Amino acid sequence: MAVNTAAIGKTFEPATYAVGREKIREYAHAVGETDPLYLDVAAARAAGYDDVVAPPMFAVVYSLPAVWPALFDEEVGIDFGRMVHGGQEFQWGPVVVAGEEITTTANLKDVSERRGNGFFVFETVSVNARGETVCTGLWTNIVRGV
Amino acid sequence: MQPGDELEPLSVTPDRYLTVRYAGASGDFNPIHIDEGFARDVGLPGRILHGLYTMAQVARAHTEAGGGPASLKRLSVQFRGMGVPEVELVVTGTVREVRDDGVVLTESSCEQAGKRIIRNAEAELRLDP
Repeated sequence: MAVNTAAIGKTFEPATYAVGREKIREYAHAVGETDPLYLDVAAARAAGYDDVVAPPMFAVVYSLPAVWPALFDEEVGIDFGRMVHGGQEFQWGPVVVAGEEITTTANLKDVSERRGNGFFVFETVSVNARGETVCTGLWTNIVRGV
Repeated sequence: MQPGDELEPLSVTPDRYLTVRYAGASGDFNPIHIDEGFARDVGLPGRILHGLYTMAQVARAHTEAGGGPASLKRLSVQFRGMGVPEVELVVTGTVREVRDDGVVLTESSCEQAGKRIIRNAEAELRLDP
């Protein structure tokens, strides 16, 4: 059986995520971040930010709402039970702070097959309310035994 | 920073319930990370760490070296093998190149019990953003 490449280029519904102060703190605590910029409003303001700063990898939190529908899309046809996360890349623009709304759009960038495994590469582009790209992600998911 | 310099190694031991907290914090509730029985039923040794949690440790080693969240401009990783809770993770990295514009390129990895669960990680740090 071969992978279905027909959906390459498909763009999925954008998702807007409102970045909250306590969500940033919850995330920072979960991953062990201790920089006061992520946790302490006064420290963030003293450094010139409007509110606590999202750690770079918080990109996962605001991007995932746009990624899930792409992973489960019927045209893409991923067997979720056999999927593993093979690789990840993020490129960051301006930092994100609490109070911002970030809109992420996902597209299916590539599908290929190597040694019996399917490689599904999704791209996400996340923009802030000023239209600046705050993060671009490349999500490589491997589906075993396609 | 100069080519060949090592990043300050970062060590962390995710506790037994870390995957539950990371699931809640990130929104990734895939049961292979939070349900021991489910994980075993699909052939895993038990609950495994989220790859993106492990990547966050690689990112943290870089923002700590770079002087804050605005310093990290790019990070690319490959996930290999599986991380598990309650075993120490160690992130190590080396400066590969310092460009004329001040951007520092690194390569790094994350090991657990001597096994590289993230390898070929490449990052770009901007030290004076």
